[in-house]
Amino acid sequence: MDILRFLTAGSVDDGKSTLIGRLLYDSKSIMVDQLEAIERSTKNREEGQVDLALLTDGLRAEREQGITIDVAYKYFSTPKRKFIIADTPGHIQYTRNMVTGASNSDLAIILIDARHGVVEQTRRHSIIVSLLNLPHVVVAINKMDLVKYSQDVYNDIVIDYAQVAKSLGLKNVSYIPISALNGDNIVEKAQTMPWYEGESLLGLLETVEVHEDINLTEGRFPVQYVIRPQTDELHDYRGYAGKIISGIYRKGDKVVVQPSGVESTISAVEIGGEEVEEAFAPQSAVLHLKDDVDISRGDMIVKQDAPVQVAQEFEVVLCWMSNTPLVPRNKYLLQINSRTVRCVVKELEYKLNVNTLEKELSPVSAGLNDVVKATIKTASPIAFDAYRKLRANGGAVLIDETSNVTVGACMISTEATEKPFWPEI
Amino acid sequence: MSSYTLDYLDQLESEAIHIFREVAGQFERPALLFSGGKDSIVLVHLALKAFRPGKFPFPLVHIDTGHNFEEALDFRDYLADKIGEKLIVRHVEDTIKAKGLTEQKGKLPSRNGLQTYTLLDTIEEFEFDACIGGARRDEEKARAKERIFSVRDEFGSWDPKLQRPELWNTYNGKINKGENVRVFPISNWTELDIWNYIRREKIELPSIYFAHEREVLEFEGRLVATNEFVQLHDDDVITRKVVRYRTVGDMTCTAAVESSASTLDDIINEIIATNTSERGQTRIDDRVSEAAMEDRKKNGYF
Repeated sequence: MDILRFLTAGSVDDGKSTLIGRLLYDSKSIMVDQLEAIERSTKNREEGQVDLALLTDGLRAEREQGITIDVAYKYFSTPKRKFIIADTPGHIQYTRNMVTGASNSDLAIILIDARHGVVEQTRRHSIIVSLLNLPHVVVAINKMDLVKYSQDVYNDIVIDYAQVAKSLGLKNVSYIPISALNGDNIVEKAQTMPWYEGESLLGLLETVEVHEDINLTEGRFPVQYVIRPQTDELHDYRGYAGKIISGIYRKGDKVVVQPSGVESTISAVEIGGEEVEEAFAPQSAVLHLKDDVDISRGDMIVKQDAPVQVAQEFEVVLCWMSNTPLVPRNKYLLQINSRTVRCVVKELEYKLNVNTLEKELSPVSAGLNDVVKATIKTASPIAFDAYRKLRANGGAVLIDETSNVTVGACMISTEATEKPFWPEI
Repeated sequence: MSSYTLDYLDQLESEAIHIFREVAGQFERPALLFSGGKDSIVLVHLALKAFRPGKFPFPLVHIDTGHNFEEALDFRDYLADKIGEKLIVRHVEDTIKAKGLTEQKGKLPSRNGLQTYTLLDTIEEFEFDACIGGARRDEEKARAKERIFSVRDEFGSWDPKLQRPELWNTYNGKINKGENVRVFPISNWTELDIWNYIRREKIELPSIYFAHEREVLEFEGRLVATNEFVQLHDDDVITRKVVRYRTVGDMTCTAAVESSASTLDDIINEIIATNTSERGQTRIDDRVSEAAMEDRKKNGYF
């Protein structure tokens, strides 16, 4: 049994909260007392069915206004998998929340209202999914009950969306006709759509192969903390604690410490305080090196057979997340895995319209929810990979040093990796 | 390549260890809030995996409400002693006396609200900049929205609308003087994950989690252990029942469940079969209003 982390993209109008409520309800993850609480709330509002959307609206303001204002995480399990849902709001003013939810997801469910087909919002969500490079996409065409379960309506939407997916280079796209309200094709195959030959949504979520998404070939080990007991019996113990974000580490492996470039060899690998033969992503481990080298938090132990990029200046696609605009030449802290360095955002090359993919060249600033291409220069070198090649080592956040707030999300790009998907970026 | 796969518990464990080490790497004076309850016991187990053979880079801290179960307190002391880590205990009783605070009245007077005062005082006393806690997002709707690194102001307040975006596995622990961060390494674990992990890792627990006979008061459909803090009346129904605790909080706000589960296997089977949520079944303090937890968190509660 493993874990699938997925994001649901859509708005309340598309039935997103109802879909999540339905998954939780039908997988029996909603308990009687929670259901009773919803029933009480539903009675406070209008007559009718239990409003499954209330399950995910956690904050009082959201319940009162019937909206979702933040990322909420929900959990359910089947005998095959544990699922973590990042439930994010769909409107354009919440782009940053969707980016946040997508950053930790393996899969996105993009909801389309069967009555409206592919709309501006669908494109925006797909662009964000593509920007964050999610390995799997499920297009859930919802409210099929309102179009008389029409196969023609479904087929037309599939053809339309396939265009979007192609232009954005989305990978592993699946399509499912559903009715979240009635539970059609959610857990069980629906009787109402005999023409649909694929799996139910849950069936698909249970079987999507996510293990292949973990990179086991390029060893990256950001050092978080150095363990030095300094006791009599462990006087010389010096273990580098961190999480393997990609690759496999074994005793005897040749490594390079970045950004210093010092070479050494692994002398021992430990997990949970015990020596092991090897450790692999995404395990937390402790590495020991043969040589006495100067390593501290923020350094990266890289496998010699898979070099990492080390640079002080690089291009990023950046989603701005603060009300205070980003102006070129502004200085921030850049945090990538365990390393934090000062940086300056140099020129903004263009601003991307997340609804149309149109570019506005050389914008003077970027505001909340804007996506821009920019160049960043850091005060000292960082070790990174292109985000599209290795998600785990290509994402960084910007922190405003005066407020300490996280203000931007950067996907580091290099032309070679980006071109196939983003021909014009 | 198929052998390089991680079980879901291994993935959760690795994520939690990573979070622990981020705390160690980013903060100067962290603390691990430890109550002797199952979730904080799991935290200690994870911290051992994160830092051994080194010492913990933080003390264990317990805010003792004075209404705690003896079994949990004994276990707290036993475990701290066994692993040889420093334990700091601060008492709500002392805060009540020193500050002239007013205790809640009623049949089941809770010290949940007062606990926040002692916690904030303790944070100030030791200048803690990060407090690691065992809250999980599956526990409650407001918690489902909380970050893994949750920034609090000097009043301990959580502002749900001003949370920092938390991307990838990057946790921003930068704070101003006087602020602190609450850190939740087991945010993504569910109740069942916790029990399955306890079983797999053979983690010791206080006896109170397993079936035992106890004198209980039947109160609004809940079973509350009789004790010196519960105000009993002549018409109260008091019986002896075989019960266990699904959560362990204050004696006045935690209900027992009728159960004969005496092993971890029994408990896990019961939890799989149950149709009531953990807090719904056992926490009397969450039922006050629909936003009870949200309000408490805004006021500095964990």
